[in-house]
Amino acid sequence: MAAKLMDFDKALEMFEPVIGLEVHIELNTRTKMFSAAGNPANEEFHGAEPNTLIAPVDLGLPGAMPVVNAEAILSSISLGLALGCSIAPSSRFARKNYFYPDLGKNYQISQYDEPIAFEGSVEVELEDGEIIVVPIERAHMEEDAGKLTHMGGSSGRIQGASSSLVDYNRAGVPLVEIVTHPIYGTEHRAPEVAKAYLGTIRDIARGLGISEARMERGNVRCDANVSLRPRGAEKLGTRTETKNVNSMRSVERAVRYEIRRQAVILAEGGSITQETRHWHEDTGETSPGRPKSDADDYRYFPEPDLLPVEPSEKLIEDLRAKLPEAPAPKRRRLRAEWGFTPLEFQDVANGGLTDAVEQTIAAGATPATARKWWTGEIARIANAQDRDAADLVSPAHVAALQKLVDDGTLTDKLARQVLEGVIAGEGSPQEVVDQRGLAVVSDDGALIAAIDDALQSQPDVLEKIKSGKVQAAGAIIGAVMKAMKGQADAARVRELVLERAQA
Amino acid sequence: MTDLTRLTAADLAAKLASGEVSSAEATEAHLERIREVDGDVHAFLHVSDSAVDVARSIDERRAAGEQLHELAGVPLAVKDVLVTTDMPSTSGSKILEGYMSPYDATVVAKSRAAGLVPLGKTNMDEFAMGSSTEHSAYGPTRNPWDLDRIPGGSGGGSAAAVAAFEAPLALGSDTGGSIRQPAHVTGTVGFKPTYGGVSRYGSIALASSLDQVGPVTRTVLDAGLLHDVIGGHDPHDATSLTTDWPSFAAAAREGATGQVLKGLKVGLVKELVGFSSAVDQSFTAAVAKLEQAGAEVVEISAPHFEYATAAYYLILPAEASSNLAKFDSVRFGMRADVAGTVEDVMSATRGAGFGPEVKRRIILGTYALSAGYYDAYYGSAQKVRTLIQQDFAAAFANVDVIATPSAPTTAFKLGAKLDDPLAMYANDLATIPANLAGIPGISIPSGLSAEDGLPIGIQFLAPAHEDARLYRVSAALEAILVDEWGGPLLDRAPALNGGAR
Amino acid sequence: MSEITPDLVRHLGVLARIQLSEDEVTSLTGELDAIVSSIAQVSEVATSDVAATSHPIPLVNVFREDVPGDMLTLEQTLQNAPDSDGSRFRVTAILGEEQ
Ligand SMILES: [Mg+2]
Ligand SMILES: [Zn+2]
Repeated sequence: MAAKLMDFDKALEMFEPVIGLEVHIELNTRTKMFSAAGNPANEEFHGAEPNTLIAPVDLGLPGAMPVVNAEAILSSISLGLALGCSIAPSSRFARKNYFYPDLGKNYQISQYDEPIAFEGSVEVELEDGEIIVVPIERAHMEEDAGKLTHMGGSSGRIQGASSSLVDYNRAGVPLVEIVTHPIYGTEHRAPEVAKAYLGTIRDIARGLGISEARMERGNVRCDANVSLRPRGAEKLGTRTETKNVNSMRSVERAVRYEIRRQAVILAEGGSITQETRHWHEDTGETSPGRPKSDADDYRYFPEPDLLPVEPSEKLIEDLRAKLPEAPAPKRRRLRAEWGFTPLEFQDVANGGLTDAVEQTIAAGATPATARKWWTGEIARIANAQDRDAADLVSPAHVAALQKLVDDGTLTDKLARQVLEGVIAGEGSPQEVVDQRGLAVVSDDGALIAAIDDALQSQPDVLEKIKSGKVQAAGAIIGAVMKAMKGQADAARVRELVLERAQA
Repeated sequence: MTDLTRLTAADLAAKLASGEVSSAEATEAHLERIREVDGDVHAFLHVSDSAVDVARSIDERRAAGEQLHELAGVPLAVKDVLVTTDMPSTSGSKILEGYMSPYDATVVAKSRAAGLVPLGKTNMDEFAMGSSTEHSAYGPTRNPWDLDRIPGGSGGGSAAAVAAFEAPLALGSDTGGSIRQPAHVTGTVGFKPTYGGVSRYGSIALASSLDQVGPVTRTVLDAGLLHDVIGGHDPHDATSLTTDWPSFAAAAREGATGQVLKGLKVGLVKELVGFSSAVDQSFTAAVAKLEQAGAEVVEISAPHFEYATAAYYLILPAEASSNLAKFDSVRFGMRADVAGTVEDVMSATRGAGFGPEVKRRIILGTYALSAGYYDAYYGSAQKVRTLIQQDFAAAFANVDVIATPSAPTTAFKLGAKLDDPLAMYANDLATIPANLAGIPGISIPSGLSAEDGLPIGIQFLAPAHEDARLYRVSAALEAILVDEWGGPLLDRAPALNGGAR
Repeated sequence: MSEITPDLVRHLGVLARIQLSEDEVTSLTGELDAIVSSIAQVSEVATSDVAATSHPIPLVNVFREDVPGDMLTLEQTLQNAPDSDGSRFRVTAILGEEQ
């Protein structure tokens, strides 16, 4: 049952949207937040069999106790600094108490009134280069929950399922939750701001190297709060929180959808229910979830098993000194260095490909070829596979691929086939070339034999070439390329055809 | 041959070291004693079936010339709050019936590494909530001095096992007096270390900021020996101290010479009242002995002690309500056989699996933490904690140790306070302040009641980290009192005749 | 002065996921009322100038190196499971939603 939606522009005429975003980042430390079990959000342990990355505390076993991962603290401080936050001289963990089967202890160790980082801001660049400053309220450390698989219902949904299976591998994965203040004044760009913000956070995490930051793996997850208030109103409207919108495209769509849905209700004199909502990727809609209730009484209290975190000034300054360049200024610099037009650069940035292109250039490709690969063929495949382009192939491989084109080993067309092989996991470009036998046939003997065959079977064309109609060579070149299964350099074939025709 | 079960751990250890006795013999003797008397006492929930094998392997290692720990081969009873890989761990609750831990509590692992021989798991109030061991889901333990009376709690099983000569040593846990109050009513010795002095890893948490594991024995020296084994830093427990502890056994031996009492300043807390006249009498007499031995006794004021029990009964239930949330039927433990959603199954399991005292405290703790009440209750209780720490700090600026009676009365009759939670809670009034402040405390026998002939204990408290001071002082008083009695107090306990397990 | 009512006790039972019979609700209401009345006195001295103590022995910055350590085997993990499919714990239908 689809909700009634107001036209977006009309909704914006009547109401001012206010958004707030909560982003959870899974840190890629080797071990979990509170145990020495392997962290599945680290490449080293990714994809482990269910319930094989488990220490007693991850299951909430009787007597088990948490101990804080030092590396997770450093990552969290770095992230806080990159968000322009103040780092708390003393912060502490608290227990958030609620029962849920994915939570081994039935409380989540989180931070409550004393988060590690607070009050910052992030510059977010929109497609046309406009910069929006998003105010950050806090960033706090916590642990992830296990994974539920719902059985017996339709398409793995919780509704209608008769039982659920629990895998606690993810339980205890270190998270940093970044919470924005309400973001005002974004107007019709609210959906775009949400999208760009999520991309910026991902880029920051990636730039710091503290997270794999792969959205399709759930390393970065977003909850989007949306409320509307009538034009001129002071008081904020009632908000909804759409949970787990885990791609940039989805968060943009979900915010737009909520604005349009809430606008109809408010325009008709109704009121918005404060609730969590679910995002449905397939239909592009949100649906109501759990209303806020007194069951949300989480009974927070300081975690007695853990002690306050009190980083020294020196540690904070050391980490600050190591911060990489922030995404927005970095874009400005790179755009100049690479000599891209704003549109060209936007293509790269929107795809979250800035780092990929930068690393590809560092590995030896020219800016133009690096951009061409990433925004062209790789982006196309990523789109088809519904994945992040940056996750498909490494910059080093792209640079190596371009090198094979440059030195004549591959034609553009062959290079695309090699890319497919690399993405399919067949190895490096050179290995794919070797295994698939895709290199350009550079043995003139083989080419000449094929050319002579073609010339012989098409004497009329031969005559035309001989008589100076050089463009007739195209038919011969085509036949030769076909015979060589495309693995020939067309320019070289052309040279040889003209040579043989005159022979 | 001497009855091996009557030996102190220190004496037994000496005989084991000299080869006069084997660990297998000592272990069999204790298992035999358990068979004889535990049907009456019910100190054990589970008796190990591998104890003799473990003892034999210790004997073999000794025979092979291996250098063993001083206590190697001595039997040990383990409170069921501590998880063990080779025996079930239930914490006295039906909800954990048959639970097998995949890992050993650190104190158990350290005990095994020292060659101690675990005999079995001892009874306790469910999840250590109680002062009488009547709240065990597996039936009460009885006081070896009078089987109609409580052995104290929550560690009544460990205290009774030691008092009934079923084990020379036991491990206990003390959240508000669960080691010291049972020692008081059974004529034994119980030591609560400085918070963080002994690892809590593998101790099924009751109230994390109050719990502390410690030794339960018949002599101060034995407590020191066991404390030396289980103490020290554990990286699995973030609250574990990295302190370089002195030998507590050495402190006890040093104290037994009595020199320590000369010039020792002993504080008596003016505000601590509410003890029976027999308890007061015994306490006063013991303090007089200290004075005779050269100690200086001064009155001190701890104005916030009157709030200690109240603060304790907010902090404990609050932390417990969270700690006990893990018993939800999903990963381990009991699961109620009911239809419905997982929420229904969880609620039914916890409704059926927890006893009345546990439910009472979880509901109380849930209330104390809930929105709108946190500041008035949990938050205020944490402030009282600060005030009590300040009281102690002020007192210890003037005295070396504080002495108090360990508990208000001698062992009461089974069932006497079961229906009156507040009366039950009042048992811990003297022991609770130490847990709130994290300081060490010990209870040793001070004598028998002039009224009912039952044991009474005296408690000593020292500043945090000063555990060794308590061993010195209490060993000194113990030596004086045992001398006066002409032998250990427990020699006067009635014989247990029967009741096969 | 305490505000413990049967409805509050029922609500706390839901929060704590403990099914309570009506008899239990009745007895708990009375007992909690008595207990709360006697412990509410903590607020008398807990003035705003007093700091809260959450840990009896103050320590800070207790961390663990980020080095993988012992993990449970799947067999150990499922050793006490009331129900499982051989690799994951099984529970009956979940009504509520993730927080
Ligand atoms: Mg959220
Ligand atoms: Zn969160």
